[in-house]
Amino acid sequence: MPELIAKTALDGQGALTLIGTTLAPVDLGIITSIAPFAGQVKAIDTALKPLGLSFPPPNTTAASGAARLVWTGPDQALLIGADAPDLGTAAATTDQSGGWSALRLSGARVADVMARLCPLDFRPSAFAPGQAARAQLGHMNAVFWAEKDALMILTFRSMAQTAWDECAHALTALAARAGA
Amino acid sequence: MRIAGKGLIDRDTQVSFRFNGTSYVGHRGDTLASALLANGLRVVGRSFKYHRPRGVLTAGSEEPNALVEIMEEGQQTPNTRATVQEIFDGLEARSQNHLGSLRWDLWSLNDLAAPFLSAGFYYKTFMWPRAFWEKLYEPAIRRAAGLGNLSPNADTAPYEKAWASCDLLVIGSGPTGLMAALTSARAGADVILAEEDFRMGGALLSADQVIDGQPALVWVEAALAELDSLPNVRLMTRTTVTGAYDSGVFGALERVGLHRAPDAHLPRECFWRITARRAILASGAMERPIAFPLNDRPGIMMASAVQSYLNRFGVATGRRVTLYANNDAARVTARQLMAAGVRVAAILDSRPDASAVEDCPVYLGAEVLETHGRHGLRAIQGRHTGGEFRLDTDCLAMSGGWNPTLHLTCHMNGRPKWSADLAAFVPSDGAVPGLVAAGAANGSFSTHGALSTGHAAAVQAMADLGLTAPDLALPTAEDAPYRLTPLWSVKGKHRAWLDFANDVTTKDITQAAQEGYTSVEHMKRYTTQGMAPDQGKNSNVAALALLADATGRGIPETGTTTFRPPFTPISIAALGAGGRGKTFAPQRFMTSDQASRDRGAPMIEAGLWYRPSYFPKHGETHWRDSCNREVSYVRNAVGVADVSTLGKIDIQGRDAARFLDLVYTNTFSTLPLNRVRYGLMLREDGLVLDDGTTARLGENHYLMTTTTAAAGLVMRHLDFVHQTHAADWDLRFISVTETWAQFAIAGPKARALLNSVLDQPLGDFPFMAVGPVTVGGVKARLFRISFSGEQGYEIAVPTRYGEALFRDLVARAETMGGGPYGMEALNVLRLEKGFITHAEIHGRTGAFDIGMDKMVSAKKDCIGKRMAMREGLNGPEREQLVGLRCKTEFGSGAHLFTQGTRVHRETGQGYVTSMCYSPTLGEWIGLAFVKNGRARHGEDLRLVDHMRNTDCLVTVCNPVFFDPEGGKLRA
Repeated sequence: MPELIAKTALDGQGALTLIGTTLAPVDLGIITSIAPFAGQVKAIDTALKPLGLSFPPPNTTAASGAARLVWTGPDQALLIGADAPDLGTAAATTDQSGGWSALRLSGARVADVMARLCPLDFRPSAFAPGQAARAQLGHMNAVFWAEKDALMILTFRSMAQTAWDECAHALTALAARAGA
Repeated sequence: MRIAGKGLIDRDTQVSFRFNGTSYVGHRGDTLASALLANGLRVVGRSFKYHRPRGVLTAGSEEPNALVEIMEEGQQTPNTRATVQEIFDGLEARSQNHLGSLRWDLWSLNDLAAPFLSAGFYYKTFMWPRAFWEKLYEPAIRRAAGLGNLSPNADTAPYEKAWASCDLLVIGSGPTGLMAALTSARAGADVILAEEDFRMGGALLSADQVIDGQPALVWVEAALAELDSLPNVRLMTRTTVTGAYDSGVFGALERVGLHRAPDAHLPRECFWRITARRAILASGAMERPIAFPLNDRPGIMMASAVQSYLNRFGVATGRRVTLYANNDAARVTARQLMAAGVRVAAILDSRPDASAVEDCPVYLGAEVLETHGRHGLRAIQGRHTGGEFRLDTDCLAMSGGWNPTLHLTCHMNGRPKWSADLAAFVPSDGAVPGLVAAGAANGSFSTHGALSTGHAAAVQAMADLGLTAPDLALPTAEDAPYRLTPLWSVKGKHRAWLDFANDVTTKDITQAAQEGYTSVEHMKRYTTQGMAPDQGKNSNVAALALLADATGRGIPETGTTTFRPPFTPISIAALGAGGRGKTFAPQRFMTSDQASRDRGAPMIEAGLWYRPSYFPKHGETHWRDSCNREVSYVRNAVGVADVSTLGKIDIQGRDAARFLDLVYTNTFSTLPLNRVRYGLMLREDGLVLDDGTTARLGENHYLMTTTTAAAGLVMRHLDFVHQTHAADWDLRFISVTETWAQFAIAGPKARALLNSVLDQPLGDFPFMAVGPVTVGGVKARLFRISFSGEQGYEIAVPTRYGEALFRDLVARAETMGGGPYGMEALNVLRLEKGFITHAEIHGRTGAFDIGMDKMVSAKKDCIGKRMAMREGLNGPEREQLVGLRCKTEFGSGAHLFTQGTRVHRETGQGYVTSMCYSPTLGEWIGLAFVKNGRARHGEDLRLVDHMRNTDCLVTVCNPVFFDPEGGKLRA
């Protein structure tokens, strides 16, 4: 009987800190997509109540303790950091746990790094904790949400290395400017 | 030469650089142009067509003459404006567009032929023989004409692109821009102040003025210090706003590392896209030259440039300077030169009625008619109201008045309007939504005018944004009236240049008009005026004034050519930043990637994915050896392949079954639970979109599989169909491609291998079954499907366990006489079975062509069904899928012909889409599309491949070569 070892896409990748800004891979654990069927949001909110969450409006996240629900598209959100409650026939759910690779970008220059990678304005005044977005990271489709002093970035697991390379490159170039 | 005590350069810091191989010393704060002038260099380049010696004309980005090549190891950047390039230690520059030395350019013979080289010369002369144009004339002309040379090497230096957002973008940091930025910053707006120069202050850096009773620089520094201290202000130097686009988006090019020695990580340039809710154009104005005879000699410069080199760089541009102007404002230059101890030979004022009161000789009603000095100005001659003059002078500062720098206001098709008072075009209101021009850019040429209109524009912008600008005392500054009498050209016996960059003279304009090119757009293209890197910044208005004169129309009726982005040249590398090499597209790696590479597998790209081509073993000398071995694993024992790249779409909802019936040609609502069915999907035009298997996991729950290449396409198609044809159907779908790592296990020993890893041995699990299993306690999904024709399974585990399971399966397979197989073997296995890929469903084939027309259900409608029934898509005239066999090698892409007919595209019978050597059958096999092919099994066709020089006979056959009854895969 095999013992299967679990591995994240950026297994072994350490954090990169330059100019007071840190890029680090994060293992988010269980991720479940929740897609409410027509007219079922209320039922879902009831089911989510024990987690302290409700289904998030577009471009927002709902958080309670370690659990977080991130809007990712019309009628779609990702539940992160908690087992999905039984939603019965109220929603389509799928396991997305290994499908995404997460990066956490934190520190002073988050918005400046992101300005090299995505057209959205990620300054705290424009993208505050509680906000989420679906947008591009370089040439990749990504999910973003703001936390206190940090930005979370999800990309497809298979593209994790490229996502890391792009973010690290942007941070390195910014650091080179600071030294210039 | 330098003048003690003048200038904003850092005299304590010396910078050494090289120009044409000679070392020179300048100071920090110098441009290449100011440093060369300080070192007494006058000739810095050769002109475009006539190869005349040229010197620095301006002190800004509009410079048409002083274009140089910047040299680096293995790289050279041509057409760099010496007036913009900052010097740094180690900078190496050289002049361009000459044959031999800069001083003795062999191509300057062109200048002797000048009478023949006027507008339209090439068009008229090199007509015959026709074939010579492309092969001889054009290359020769191109070599002699022109600009700098590119490096033959690809530019590998780092570049960057970036986005920014703001409430207000202020373009230009002169008095207008600084005032606008201060006003809006104090109102709390989010402000970006973009300045093309490496130092903020605009004209105030050069003009030696007084603001609020103090030197203007004091005010500039105080304003900048305040702006810099505010968190809502971003100061961007070395940043040229190059274009205005829809929705408040502006393009801007920032010179990030061009003023320093190269650094591995520091971008040379950054191309910005700035989204601004409001914008103020405070780009100032450009002084215009006067087209007098032989006005292109080194030493003849713009008066404002002479002033700038004096006040900002502490450089005297001559020992005996003469001023030639048609306006009052330019006289400041002469006065400042004299105050600095530079001798002014005379002021030549073209106006007979101007003031003659100066501390130097003043000639009124003056015209310069001739200039002397082969490699630099020595003397000028002309006449004035009192007679003729000849002056020894080594620098002539000219001023024909000012043109507002309004280019950005024309980027969205706005046309500027003519102001007779200013004898210049001024921006039209509202030409770019959200942008207003202020200060000199809008025709307010005094410093007071700049400060007050900059302030007013900002107050208005703040009001538009719902912000209130606090009261602010306007600083006091000069408010001299702008008095000028237009002077576009001076007639004489010599050529008078308009467009220095493209060597266009006044004669070219009048000749164009005479030859019928009277529209300004035709004139431009016939003479090439305004088509050089400076885009006519120095010459446009004068050229069209002359055209107006030559055609008897007024200037407003003549109009201008169109100013288009970019305002200054942008390197393609900056626009393409983030798209070179590996950054061109994301790389997608499977969980087994490292395990495959550990085994030495060459990886090939499939879409964005990297997949193992084959797994070489010691002693194998050709990839086909490995491929044949891997095929035999599957046919005789068991093979393992990573198939995670196939698209997986989870579809749920009450209408999921109905939806699948709509998108697939065949029926999925009848698919039993825990079963898989092969499905075919059409585009709306009736041709095949994709194929794959879909499993029913629950009453209202399906899992669709797509091909690797079309995974994104199918997802998009489903979204489109859902939104446009089935908007009120209750279903949800999401990609789960990345959630599951999936491995094919195929071969007679597949079941045995599976049973060795599954927690519970497999019970009855027929062909096309699907069900949950566990592996080491991990929940997995098992599918009984086969792309090889053997007993086949695909097991899917959560991605994080993928690598571990792959390594484990491969190790077990190897103990059973099998092992991993790659894309090559996978391809052979599917070809032996006649299974199609996108090589066959390539976008031009329908269900009928691939022999699957019976899969288009007659009982229901589906996307593409009606269109697939169109005439001409379902008969013997169609090229139909067949198999080919041959004893010798052939290639895909080859064309097929009936024996005995001419080999010609019109007689073609079809083409080969896929081929391989089949180790199972011991011959070469392939798939092809052949006209009426299903009726031609057994026929020998002639195969011709001009690319590979193949010409042989192949036998048409059933596309299923191996186990056509399918007994093996059901075993």
